Parts: sequence; structure tokens; C-alpha cells
Amino acid sequence: MKTFMFAALAGALFAAGLVVGGMTIPAKVTGFLDVGGAWDPQLAFVMAGAVAVYAAFLRIIRRRAAPLLDARFHWPSERTIDARLVCGASVFGVGWGLSGYCPGHALASLTAGAPSALVFVVAMIGGMAITRVLDPARR
Amino acid sequence: MVRTVMMGATVQGLTGGALIGLGAAMLLLVHGRIAGISGILGRAVDTDGGRTVRLGFLAGLIVTGAILAALQSSAFGAGVRGAPALAIAGVLVGIGTTLGNGCTSGHGVCGISRRSPRSIVAVLTFMLTAALTVALVGAHA
Repeated sequence: MKTFMFAALAGALFAAGLVVGGMTIPAKVTGFLDVGGAWDPQLAFVMAGAVAVYAAFLRIIRRRAAPLLDARFHWPSERTIDARLVCGASVFGVGWGLSGYCPGHALASLTAGAPSALVFVVAMIGGMAITRVLDPARR
Repeated sequence: MVRTVMMGATVQGLTGGALIGLGAAMLLLVHGRIAGISGILGRAVDTDGGRTVRLGFLAGLIVTGAILAALQSSAFGAGVRGAPALAIAGVLVGIGTTLGNGCTSGHGVCGISRRSPRSIVAVLTFMLTAALTVALVGAHA
């Protein structure tokens, strides 16, 4: 229960940050990507703020032998830059540019107004499930 | 006037970003896990010991979004395209983040902060294809 509550608080902070930063407005995201048009720089400030805070905490957290509620840190184990990474990121970018939704933004917007985010999230979960079933190298 | 609007966007962006960074840092400090939303969602119910953390994080994200949407619906913009295009986009994001092991949060926020070469390549790649997509189809329908 403690684990669930602390994780939920982290998720709540994340959602609040998306909303405060204006990142729950898809047009702001596609506006940032529209470098040749009416460019909207706000996403860059959100990214800068997030990286600055996370990187600062990272320096402190890294000194610890273990996190507070787990026996060890679960750092990503992948190191290689391969076709799989580049293909995956490319395909993600096309979907992100088309919709202005990234996974966090869409989940935080699930109940907001029109069913746009819901349609996106259901399709996204489908895409994840298909890939995991068909991908022999899945982890 | 334009200057004031720009200042507002800067302060809002940095503040929102700081909160995102704080949430992600908390997940690392308390649970030792990277706040990559696509991975958290894709592996939500995997039985590897992280299920409670993932479900808790998703609950906090979704419920907080729902509460804020009820309080201030203007903070949530409408979809930029119709349902068929959004469904296609959703499938692409699902496939892409599963193959590429991450999205704007895991590779973007956490990966860049860790100076992970993999994440830096991923971010540059998806920024490029996303900008190309918008250049081709426009910022909205």
C-alpha cells in the first residue's frame, strides 16, 4: 500500500507538471514541432525545466546504495544503439507529430472533453500489445 | 503584450517541467525506477516485482489528470485531428515506443539527464520524424 501511494504521488506530480506546462494541449506540442510555421517554443522550456530538476536530483540519488522502498535501482540495461532503437524512435515520432500526444499526456487527458485521448490510448495499448506478441526479442 | 505572453509561457513551461522532473525524481529515489511512461504502461501488469509501482504511478497520473480536467477544462486542448488519424497515431506510438524502449519521458527527461547515448539518439530521431510529419501534414487537420 505504501509503495502504491508513493508511486501514485509521483504520477500525480508528473500529471500536474504536464498541465501547468501546457503540455496537455496537443496544439502546443504540434506547434513546437512546426518549426517552419508558427513555432511555439513552450515544450522546450518544459523539457529544460524537467531535465534541470531531474539531473540535479540524479546527482544526489546516485550516491545512495538503494532506493527508499526497494532493494536496488532498476537502471536501464540496454547500451547498444541499433536499428531497433532508431526504427522505434522514428515510428514513435511520426505518431507523436501526427497527434500531438505522447503517452503521458494522453493518459493524463483520458477524461478531458472529447474522446480524442481515449481513442489514442486504446490504439496505443493495442500497438504495444501487438509489438510485444510479435517481437521475439521482447523483454 | 507579446512580450508578456512569451514570459508567461516561459515561466509556465519551466514550472511545469520542474514538477515533471520532481515526479520522475521521486519515482527514482523511492522506487529506484525510471519514469518512462510508455514502459510503465506497456509493462504495467508484468510480474517482475514492479507491478505495484507501475499501477500506482499510472493511477496517480490518470486520476490527477481527471481531477485537473474537471477543475480547469481549458488546460486540456482538443485533439488536433479526427478519430481515425488519432487511432493510427496511437498504434504508431505504441509500436514505436515498444521497439525503441521509450518516449518523451523515459528517453527525453530521464535519458537526457543521465546523458545516455541511446536516449540522445532516440530523442534526436523522434524529434526529427515528428517535425517532418508536421511539415508534411500540418500542425492540425
